[in-house]
This record gives sequence, structure tokens and C-alpha cells, in this order.
Amino acid sequence: MYNYNEFDHSFVRARVEEFRDQVERRLSGALTEEEFKPLRLKNGLYLQLHAYMLRVAIPYGTLNCKQMRQLAIIAEKWDKGYGHFTTRQNIQFNWPKLKDVPDILDALADVSMHAIQTSGNCIRNVTADHFAGAARDEIEDARMTAELLRQWSTDHPEFQYLPRKFKIAVTGSPNDRAVTRAHDIGLRTIRDAEGRKGYEVLIGGGLGRTPMIGKVVREFLPKEDLLPYVEAILRVYNLSGRRDNKYKARIKILVHETGIEELKAQIEKEFVSRKSEFPGVNPDLLQTIERDFSPPEYDRLSVDDYVSRIAHDPEFREWVKNNVARHKVPEYGIVTVSLKPVGGTPGDATAYQMRVMANLGEKYAHDELRVSHEQNIVLPHVPKAHIPQIYDELTKAGLATPNLGLLSDIIACPGMDYCALATARSIPIAQDIAKRFDHLQLEQEIGPLKIKISGCINACGHHHVGHIGILGLDKAGVENYQITLGGNATEDAHIGTRVGPGFSSEELIPALERLLKSYLKLRKSPNETFYNCYNRLGMDPFKEALYPHLKTKHKERTGH
Amino acid sequence: MSKIVRDHGFDQDNLKEEDFITLETLRKGVENPVRLDLNNDENPDELQPFFCWVELIRISFPDFNDGRGFSMAKRLRQLGYQGVLRGQGYLIADQYRMARLSGFDEIEIDDLLAARQPEWLWQNQALKKKLSYQDRLLKTG
Repeated sequence: MYNYNEFDHSFVRARVEEFRDQVERRLSGALTEEEFKPLRLKNGLYLQLHAYMLRVAIPYGTLNCKQMRQLAIIAEKWDKGYGHFTTRQNIQFNWPKLKDVPDILDALADVSMHAIQTSGNCIRNVTADHFAGAARDEIEDARMTAELLRQWSTDHPEFQYLPRKFKIAVTGSPNDRAVTRAHDIGLRTIRDAEGRKGYEVLIGGGLGRTPMIGKVVREFLPKEDLLPYVEAILRVYNLSGRRDNKYKARIKILVHETGIEELKAQIEKEFVSRKSEFPGVNPDLLQTIERDFSPPEYDRLSVDDYVSRIAHDPEFREWVKNNVARHKVPEYGIVTVSLKPVGGTPGDATAYQMRVMANLGEKYAHDELRVSHEQNIVLPHVPKAHIPQIYDELTKAGLATPNLGLLSDIIACPGMDYCALATARSIPIAQDIAKRFDHLQLEQEIGPLKIKISGCINACGHHHVGHIGILGLDKAGVENYQITLGGNATEDAHIGTRVGPGFSSEELIPALERLLKSYLKLRKSPNETFYNCYNRLGMDPFKEALYPHLKTKHKERTGH
Repeated sequence: MSKIVRDHGFDQDNLKEEDFITLETLRKGVENPVRLDLNNDENPDELQPFFCWVELIRISFPDFNDGRGFSMAKRLRQLGYQGVLRGQGYLIADQYRMARLSGFDEIEIDDLLAARQPEWLWQNQALKKKLSYQDRLLKTG
């Protein structure tokens, strides 16, 4: 993984000092609250419902074990002993005190970490495929592109006061695990007819109150043109993006209102002009990045014990089936540690659990960990020979829930338990769903299913792209949950369709139970997933399951 | 009254409002080099044919949160404008370096802001004191 050099260290340290000074100037009155706000946001500091929240960057979700241990220390020393991993591959601490924040930033800098540009109207922390470098299907490790973009976008003088936040995601695989089509810019590594690597560039994706799927703005962008092209997109957006209405300020609205063809022409014009004077990226720097992301030295250990444990231990077998993915090296596996125990808060990890994962990574998995946008932790390079020990140690720490990609592997935003914007709770809903289906023992039977929950229309829980999306709203002081079906977050990204009127929190779980039980009856075979079944049959049978009284009325009316 | 912020510190502003013309006046044609006021919703591309008639362009910053001026400056430089670029209005000291790196030479602020954010704060933002990823990233020379 990327190793900080002298420059990175000095930069991050200087940034901490700068923020310390800004906090002092706020306290002295030299900066007004309004002037201070974007400065604190650019350093990851939010004001939440009950307290400040610090969002720490984990660039493209990659961290080493020492860094994970430091996060555990921060959680214990300055927070309540836990942290929350987010859909943008970051970690949030929910209870820091303002006066402690510069010290926390210093502690982060000690292990080459920071909170720069994790918030505010600037280019945010760049996200990437959490299986990058390990996935069997990849063309290139997406993190090399993401790291280049991290350096380029950090403190970029032209783009610190954009109309709105700006999110970039990169995938190096045709199978998109980074939701690139729901980002302001999505980059997909592809090859052209001659086999050269480049990018398909998408713009204008985003969820929120106006969900949109990104559109292709450049079918093939040669690698060396990446920075001038991205600069051209950002410049056109900075000059033309709307600033009159916060909710219409993202680039997706500019794409929608201007039209992709017209915007594309503007970007290409800007690009030609920028490219003519662009000196190119320093080749030494590119080489350093490439070297840092070269694969670890793989140990080709015997897989016999692993195979025999699978054969003899059904619980282990089930966990492997769900939580271990194929690695590009046959003797290796990609292990995902679920942070979704039944009844737990999706994405939360205690300091103790962070240390367990750090120890496992160091001992067995080439000192590397990943945060997935689905709020789990990945050990990307694990010799299969070590997987049984890892499983046993995870089990002891309550981290071996075998639910990856299943019903209870839910993405949920913090909701009304933490967030000032939320209109409904989402964490307790996720917990209730997991508990109910655990009680019914139907999770494994139902199979692959993505449930995503947002506690308000800003859609931080990605509900638009869940196979089942749940949106919590406030209806005259009462929580009300709308269900959408058929969303998809992959390369075939799709916005789900709202089924009908919302449910109260008491009605919601029985409604989901009816929905999924009817799926079990409707599917052609156990191999037909909920998503595929929905796409085959369409909305109607599922709508009937959710609203049985509508069905009765319909029957009465038509006589069927 | 206004102060002009430059790298060495504050200067008094020797120009008056009547020393500036608008884009509309410029389009009608001028006889001597002029100083131009540009609002941050005007298109800098339109200026290109007039570059030789303009010795100073003043771009407005109605609000420090509105970063359009940075991209306007960058585009004007990219189009080949070599005269003086001045930012005017509501910018805070923490943005001085961003302005300089985007192509501005100087910033015009009012006395009230200058009192609240004194000279040394702006001087601290001088380019040589700060590290830049973008400088380091690109091929030099």
C-alpha cells in the first residue's frame, strides 16, 4: 500500500497546525462562525445532533494494522470506545470534544492519517473497489488511480469552494463494487481495441433527494489524460454549477439541466485548452505509486486443512461460502469481516474488535485491511491455510457473522440516533429486520439480498440502489417508512421504484416478512435471487404481498 | 476605502471606482488600455479578443463561499491573459494562497475586513511558506 514520504508527513503535520490556528482564530473572533464552518468541514469536523463528529479519511478504504490500532486508541481515549465505518470507506467518531480535535488529528498524523476533505464543498476522499489488488476480475488496481487523484485533489487551490460536495469513485474491474455510477465522477478502467488501458468516464451520478445514474461523458480516456480531463470537468462545474439552491447544486443537476451532449462539448473544449499547457505527471511519482501498490509476496501454503475444515464443519462452511471471496491467487482468499452482527449497529466496531482485526491482519494477511462501502472490513490477501485460525479468532470476538451479501448485511445511515438531518431512525430498523429474520431462520434460505436504509431523503444509506430500499420520513411527527424495490448498485446500476404508501415502524417488519415469504413462493428455483425474481415478474406480485388489503379491494372490484 | 493585499502585505488602493469599465463598455471598443470589472457570472472566454486592451481585470467575490472566481482566473490565464488579475470583495486570509495559485496577483478587501483579519494573517499565507501537492505532482521545467 501507499507509503507516506517526507512530503506527505510534512503536509499533514502542517495541516494540523493550520487547523489549530484556525480554531484559535475562531475563538478570538478573527474568524466568524460562518467563515470557520467550511474550514472545520474541510478538516472532517461536523456538528451533529448531540455533539461534534469527526470523519477520518481512509483513502480508498485501505489501511494497515498499525493504523487500525491507532483508531482503536483514539476511540478509547477521546470517544466512547467505538467507531463507525461509513459507506464512503471512512471512519466516524461520534463523540469528540472540539478542544481535543487538534490532538486527535496529531494522533492520526502519527500513523500517516488525517481527516482532510472528508466533508465540505470540495473534492472528497476518493473511494475505490474494496477488493482492489486482490480481485480475480480486475484489469488494474484501482487504488493507483485513486492515490493519484488523492494527491492532485488535496488542497487543490481552484476547487476548495465548489457549489457542493464532489465525490469520485474508481473501479479497476468490470464488476463494479465501488458504485461508480452513483458518484459525481465514476471512473471504470477499461482497455481499448489496441489493448491500452484507460477509463470510461461517467458524470452526474448521485443519490440524495434527486437520484440519478451517472452518464458516460467519455467512452475512452487515455490514462495520461486523467488529470487534465478531471480538471476540465471540475472547472466547468465550478463555473456553471448552480449556487442558488443547495439541493440543486450537485453536478447531476447541471448534467440534467444542460444535457449531457452540451456539457460534454464544454468539457472537451476546456480539456483541449488545459491539455495544451499540462506538463504531465512527474514519472518518478507515478513509479513510486506503482511500486507501492505492487502485490505482496504470496506464500503458496497448502490448502489441505482449509479444505478439510470446510468438509467437516458446517458452520465454517457457511461462513466461507458467504464471507470468503475468490482471490486472484488460487491459494488465497479475500476474507470479509462482517460488522453486521444480528442486533448490532451496522458498521460499528469497538476498540477491542479493531485490535482483533489488526492483529489478524498483521499475523496472517500481509498487514493490510480494507473498509468496504458496505460497511464491513476486508482482509484482502489471506492464505487459505490461515483462514481456519482467522475464523476461530473472529468467532471469539463476535466478528464471524456469516451474512455477507445476505439480508442482514444491511447498509444503514446513522439516522435519528446521531444525525441532525434525519427524519426517522434507521439503525433500530436494521436491527429489527435482522432479529426478525434470524428468529424465522430464513436468511440463508432467502439468499443474496441487498437491503439499504436511509433515515431521510438525503439517502446516505443508498436506499435508491438497494434491492429493497427503505426510506424513513416524518409524517406529522410519526416515523413512516417507504419501500422501493429493484434498485441496483453495480455496473448495471438502477434506481429502485417506490411501491406505494409508507409503513409505520410497527407495520414495516411484518410487511417485509410478507414480501420475502412471497418471494420464496414465487421464485423459479432457489438459484433465482430476489432481485432476478423481481425483474422477471415485475412489481405487481410484490406489491400485493406488501399491501394485501389492496389485493382484496382489487378482487372485490374486478370479481377475480 | 480599500486595502490591496499583495505578497509583501497591505498597500493602499490608488484606483478609484471610475477607473474601471464594464464588459459591455469594452465590447463597444476602447482607445487606451483599460481596467475591467468582471462579475463572477460573466463568461471569461468572451474577453479573449480584447486581452491587448486590458491591463487589469477585477473579478468580484460576492461571498467567500462562492469559488467561481478561482476558476475564472485560471481560465483567463490559460487563455493567455498576462495583465494584472485582482480579486475583489469577500475573501478571507485563508483563501489568499488559493487565489494566488489560481492566477490572481492581488486581492482588494475593505477596511473592515482588513481590521478583523490583519496584515500578518495574509502574509502567513505567502506561497513560499506552504506545501503544494499540485506543484509536486507535475513535471517541472
